[in-house]
Amino acid sequence: MSIRCEIVSQDRMVYEGDVDIVVLPGSDGEMGILPHHSPVLTTLKFGLIKIRTNNEEHVFTVAGGVAEIQPTIVTVLADAAENVKEIDVARAETARQRAAEALTQVKTEDLDAYLALEAALRRSNLRLEAAKRYHDVKRSVFKEE
Amino acid sequence: MASAREMRLRIRSVKNISQVTRALQAVSASKVRKAIAALMGTRPYATKAWQVLTHVAGQPGRDTLHPLLTARATVRKTLVVAISGDRGLAGAYNSNLIRFVLKKFGNYSNPVNYIAVGRKGRDLLIRRHNNVIADFSNLPPAPTFADVSAIGRLAVDEFLSGNADEVFLVYTDFVNMVRQDSTVKKLLPLEVDTTTERVENYENSHRIPAAYQYEPAEGEILDEIIPRFTALQVYQAILESLASEHAARMVSMRNATDNANELISSLQLQYNKVRQQTITSDMLDIAGGAEALAQANIHSGGENG
Repeated sequence: MSIRCEIVSQDRMVYEGDVDIVVLPGSDGEMGILPHHSPVLTTLKFGLIKIRTNNEEHVFTVAGGVAEIQPTIVTVLADAAENVKEIDVARAETARQRAAEALTQVKTEDLDAYLALEAALRRSNLRLEAAKRYHDVKRSVFKEE
Repeated sequence: MASAREMRLRIRSVKNISQVTRALQAVSASKVRKAIAALMGTRPYATKAWQVLTHVAGQPGRDTLHPLLTARATVRKTLVVAISGDRGLAGAYNSNLIRFVLKKFGNYSNPVNYIAVGRKGRDLLIRRHNNVIADFSNLPPAPTFADVSAIGRLAVDEFLSGNADEVFLVYTDFVNMVRQDSTVKKLLPLEVDTTTERVENYENSHRIPAAYQYEPAEGEILDEIIPRFTALQVYQAILESLASEHAARMVSMRNATDNANELISSLQLQYNKVRQQTITSDMLDIAGGAEALAQANIHSGGENG
């Protein structure tokens, strides 16, 4: 028994496939979705989406968004999403430094710019953390916690 | 007929022009490919978001669900988001769009305000004395979602504050390289047709009536998703328009290059004629001179001998 999972960000399809379980960072707490889940519509916070299929596990970073859960399908509309395997740690690190630097220089009166930069910083922190934790690591995503 | 020198100069200048137009054509060709790729990338999100919205709108009690989904009983003010280009040299691309806008909304039953995206469209709208309330020109050549989300947000704000009772989006739909259609689309209130979705998913229809559980509250989620979806529609329309603009420019530049080449060959022919004529008349002069000399020689020789 499997449930279909589709993760899309505004500029591309990030993942689609039939999976056994999806773990989402819902805004009211993490939730594990199994097949035949009752319909739920939830917003997502910054965090990780974990997916397990027969023999594979995938981890994705997600920078907020909305998830629609139906008994046979989970649709994630992410503001930005990325497979942890695709994260380039060196680039993520420079992006984080750039964001942190820009954040110290921006005028606090400019609220929009400040919030955008803060979000960028949070995003890069999240990506880095995820990459460090799950890159090339063979241990199970699900068992460790 | 012009002199050979003037003609040479004219040919050279036409050649220069054809080189410029050919370069512009090549640039537009590569830009149109990129614009199409960007457009394709947004499609999955847009279709998925639309599906989610249809499901939500299919829930019981839709008219009280969210102000952005609710049609107003009386429509007094209309807002039009008109998407055009920042630059000319794209054939009739900009003027076609504005002509379409004015045909649709020029004699509209209630007052119309405009949000202009693109410098050319803004200028044309202002010249015809239309009320432009906001202007988003000089967009980056390959805009990201973040670059243009403000346009959607402004449209939502205007709608919610009551400055507009309906919002339309006018843009150029990219059909293919040689065909781009001016298109009008209703942006707000969001009209979600739940019946078609039900027919399409007939075999799955048992799951649609099931009420959603909302986390957090239903209003908050819709507050999140509907404005974002509106902004996405604007973004997609801009990408469509960009692809159309580049395609239109490419075609018009190709025509210009063809015309220039035609002009060059006819000028070249004319120039050759002029040059040949000069040579002929020079030859005649020389021959005439030689003939005269020979005659003179015979004459003087006869006297001497």
